Amino acid sequence: MDSAGSVVSVAPQLLIQSAGSRSSECSRNSITFSTSPLTGRSRQDVAWSRRGQSRERSCRLHPGRRAHDPGKLTLLCDAKTDGSFLVHHFLSFYLRANCKVCFLALVQSFSHYNIVGQKLGVSLTVARERGQLVFLEGLKSSMDVFFQAHKEPHPLQFLREVNAGNLQPLFEFVREALKPVDNREPAWRCPVLLVDDLSLLLSLGVGAVAVLDFVHYCRATVCCEFKGNVVALVHDSGDGEDEENDILLNGLSHQSHLILRTEGLSTGFCRDVHGQLKILWRRPSQPTAQRDRSLIYQYKIQDKNVSFFAKGMSPAVL
Amino acid sequence: MLNNNDNWRTWRKSEMLDSLLAFGGLVLLRDSVEWEGRSLLKALIKKSALCREQVHILGCEVSKEEFHEGFTSDINNCLVYHDLFRDPLNEKMGRPFLGGPLGALTAMCRRTDPGPVTIALDSLSWLLPHLPCTTLHQNLHALSHQNSSPGGSSSVQQVCVLGLLHEELHGPGPLGALSSLAQTEVIVGGTVGQASAYILCRRPQQRPTHQTNWFSILPDFSLDVQEGPPVESQPHPDPHTSLVDPMTHLTFNLRLSKKEREAKDSLTLPFQFSSEKQQALLCPGQGQATSHIFYEPDAYDEDQEDPDDDLDI
Repeated sequence: MDSAGSVVSVAPQLLIQSAGSRSSECSRNSITFSTSPLTGRSRQDVAWSRRGQSRERSCRLHPGRRAHDPGKLTLLCDAKTDGSFLVHHFLSFYLRANCKVCFLALVQSFSHYNIVGQKLGVSLTVARERGQLVFLEGLKSSMDVFFQAHKEPHPLQFLREVNAGNLQPLFEFVREALKPVDNREPAWRCPVLLVDDLSLLLSLGVGAVAVLDFVHYCRATVCCEFKGNVVALVHDSGDGEDEENDILLNGLSHQSHLILRTEGLSTGFCRDVHGQLKILWRRPSQPTAQRDRSLIYQYKIQDKNVSFFAKGMSPAVL
Repeated sequence: MLNNNDNWRTWRKSEMLDSLLAFGGLVLLRDSVEWEGRSLLKALIKKSALCREQVHILGCEVSKEEFHEGFTSDINNCLVYHDLFRDPLNEKMGRPFLGGPLGALTAMCRRTDPGPVTIALDSLSWLLPHLPCTTLHQNLHALSHQNSSPGGSSSVQQVCVLGLLHEELHGPGPLGALSSLAQTEVIVGGTVGQASAYILCRRPQQRPTHQTNWFSILPDFSLDVQEGPPVESQPHPDPHTSLVDPMTHLTFNLRLSKKEREAKDSLTLPFQFSSEKQQALLCPGQGQATSHIFYEPDAYDEDQEDPDDDLDI
């Protein structure tokens, strides 16, 4: 909620800058996401600037914004590489933006995300203690399903079911975590659901249609009802042999407003270029007059940040 | 005869949408992740609403507010929206899956309102995994062939069913089954930033016709027909009939002339045993031994040793 009391949804604005940026919104060589209020800019701006005699490039991408954007689904996808760095950055971004975050962490432990988060300037422990972060640790909670009795269905109750297709308890957990509460709690900004990752649910026996239905209900509740955002990671096997995963990936792609796809280089491993990122904007209900909705960048992951550059423009090869 | 380019484009724009809506039946809009088809679906809905037709929308994939974005209030007032987005499986209500999309489809089939009607299904890709395939096909057939005969009249209502389908989500079986139901099939694609619609029309007792239109959809969901890129860069080959004869411009000969065919027929294959060949083998004549083998041994070939010396025979 902004100062006027109206709901302002935070649509992620990708600010990708190379070394030497002086923007107060980002640290050096980092992916940063601005939380500036939505001021109604309706077209994309891609501005390139040359800073003095340096070869550095900055590219600022402004997705279309309006005062009351109803909430977006951002799909993170990786193929032949690890796209989890985007999960860490979205998590740190939304926590710094003072959003209420529900994080379904099915892949790694809490300490793993906390250690990486500290490198990016956020403390998950502090966020959880003050109620900003609702963290479902899948690895730990899965043990509770089997060895502890629960009066109410556990979010991961599907692990005990023969037909592992009912994700309704997991959805109820998300809805309960992000529903607006009374004014006694701090006024967080828009709620955000972050999932790492949905492909793991397929490995745990849940069908692709059940996962799509789960995401559908999350969209209806988090995006439309609560005016928040959903960010989810899905892996792309790329070989076309995993039909269920392909159905999940394509189904989510059709539901998404923004698709960030990380790919390994087709030529193999490179020390200075770790992969490339494809950005595709989609508005399922809005026409796009021009088809310049996709961009491709290459990137290198460093210790505390990620540097992006145009294809073939890695500092190592220039 | 049109005199200027603007009139021609206006005519083409109107023609494209009219051709999709005129015949009725099931119009299948096939799109992909890269080339979404919901914009074209909304353009067709707008066209129907402007023609004062009844428009029913079964919304499963996007919210009602998101679907109404871009339409004026006049258009929105003409739309009857059946919202299945918020709780399609009735989970929030705690009831088992009884109504939902099947109930909504069945209710549409039983409608008795007079006048032409357009029914938009957004989307068939959502309905297919949640309904039995045969049930969905039966409902689609019933929807697109609704008859209204009040008072015993034999008039047939003009019903147009627009079905949006995301083709990557389905195998060739369901795609083929839906294609067989559709009277018109539109494949949304494009190249070099320009969207295209490959339109395949099937009419009873007529040959299927196809055409490709290059278009863009404006923010108010009006259609703008473009000239499009050259023919060579059209992305969609005809999935049902051949556009180019593959027999032309070959580097080898697939056809025989009369003389060549006679020579081929009279040719005796080397392993074909005939009575003439049998006689030739049994009674070799003077002319049979016409081949000779000339051998000039090399110097080292004159080996006096018997290679069979080591055999204890």
